Amino acid sequence: MKKTTLLLLLIGSAIVTTAQTTKYFTRSAHIDFYSHTPMEDIKADNDQVSALLNLVNGEFVFTCLIKSFVFPKALMQEHFNEDYMESDKFPKSTFNGKIKDLSKIDFTKDGEYSVLVDGKLTMKDKTNEIEVPGTLIIKDGKITARSKFKIRPEDYNIHISAMVKEKIAKELEINVDAVMEPFKK
Amino acid sequence: MKIQLLTIILLTSVSARAQNDLINLLNDSTANKKQDITATFKTTRIITGQSVELNHGGGLNVVIQHRFGTINSGVYEFFGLDRASIKLNLELGITNRLNTGISRSSIGKYYEGYLKYKLIKQKEGGFPLTIVAYSSMGIDSRRWTSQNSDNLFSSRLYYTHQILIGSRITPSLSVQFMPTIVHRNLVPTRADKNDVFIMGIGGRQKISKHVSINAEYYYVLPNQMSLGTDALYHNSLSVGFDIETGGHVFQLHLTNSRQMSDKGFLTETDGSWTKGDIILGFNIARVFTVYQWKKDW
Repeated sequence: MKKTTLLLLLIGSAIVTTAQTTKYFTRSAHIDFYSHTPMEDIKADNDQVSALLNLVNGEFVFTCLIKSFVFPKALMQEHFNEDYMESDKFPKSTFNGKIKDLSKIDFTKDGEYSVLVDGKLTMKDKTNEIEVPGTLIIKDGKITARSKFKIRPEDYNIHISAMVKEKIAKELEINVDAVMEPFKK
Repeated sequence: MKIQLLTIILLTSVSARAQNDLINLLNDSTANKKQDITATFKTTRIITGQSVELNHGGGLNVVIQHRFGTINSGVYEFFGLDRASIKLNLELGITNRLNTGISRSSIGKYYEGYLKYKLIKQKEGGFPLTIVAYSSMGIDSRRWTSQNSDNLFSSRLYYTHQILIGSRITPSLSVQFMPTIVHRNLVPTRADKNDVFIMGIGGRQKISKHVSINAEYYYVLPNQMSLGTDALYHNSLSVGFDIETGGHVFQLHLTNSRQMSDKGFLTETDGSWTKGDIILGFNIARVFTVYQWKKDW
């Protein structure tokens, strides 16, 4: 009886250990967004995005601080934080998603896959369901995730004032690039 | 049977925890360093006096300030609008912490140059104050009224030093204290002190994302002016709005200070609110990016 319990505990802890090594992680993923209008092109970069991928169930999570977006003009950055994102009130943005067709991906050897990720994108006080296309590249023990998609600011309660409406695009192009390594606790 | 059940419970609890923890795990590891609190004020001035705000490195701020005559001068002076005075300013953010600027005021034909340095930044969950040092030097460029007296160049000079202590208490409410000293090389009478000590207080309350109400008051400590000038000059009190349009900041205000130069509005405010000497004024500020400054300081 006691032996069985011990065995079970051992199995349990073994599962926990494998669960940990099946996570891939980075703290320096890159997200940029790009707004194109005839008046002005605006691009902002964030190199301090955290990303975590669980290979077992395909769960894929991103989070970043809004204040870490860097603009070419300091004043744009201030307006972005103060007026549009209200980063004092809503400091973080998160994406909580899941990879579709996880079974077709073989994480044990190098390869490149086109994937679809389904999930919830939260910005400010608004969460929307989105589906994002992307690429997963497995190489040399690292997993790189790349994606390009579009969002509309108004879907996330971001109201562009009338005076700058012509300078900010109705749709922003989001670019994601995350190089993840095995997660160790 | 019992053991099997236990196994299932054990396993499911382990895997369930692993899933729920994913986002928490990430939140824990997201760099949680203390962020600077920025945008205590919308621009580098509360109204006439300086705010703790600096231009970002590489930003050239062009500020045009106007003050009219007193509203109680009546319809003949078109409620003061006939008597416009102007101060033109060019300010440069050398770095995020160091600014310089030059200006020219129509009243007194004063030229001023200044340096402004951010000593301490307010941090989220950290030090609650932003502290800025401000120092300006001014030159009175008017022709000497008397050609017979000993007219020294040094008599044209005056200096203003301030410590600006500001805090963004809530995202919409900011307050600031400004201990100030104005040194005048030449004063009107023997009874006037060369060094004038002044205590300033100011603040802003946002009423929308783009508009705030601002106020500032500079109290000249007593017994520093001769009786004549004491009665002539008052403490500067101003109230107004900041309106931010995306590219410009407009500041529209009511004040008793006709002058906008540091010496002028701090020690030579000749209007009195109680007598109705209220002046309409505005500032327009526009920042041009002249170079990229990527560094933190």
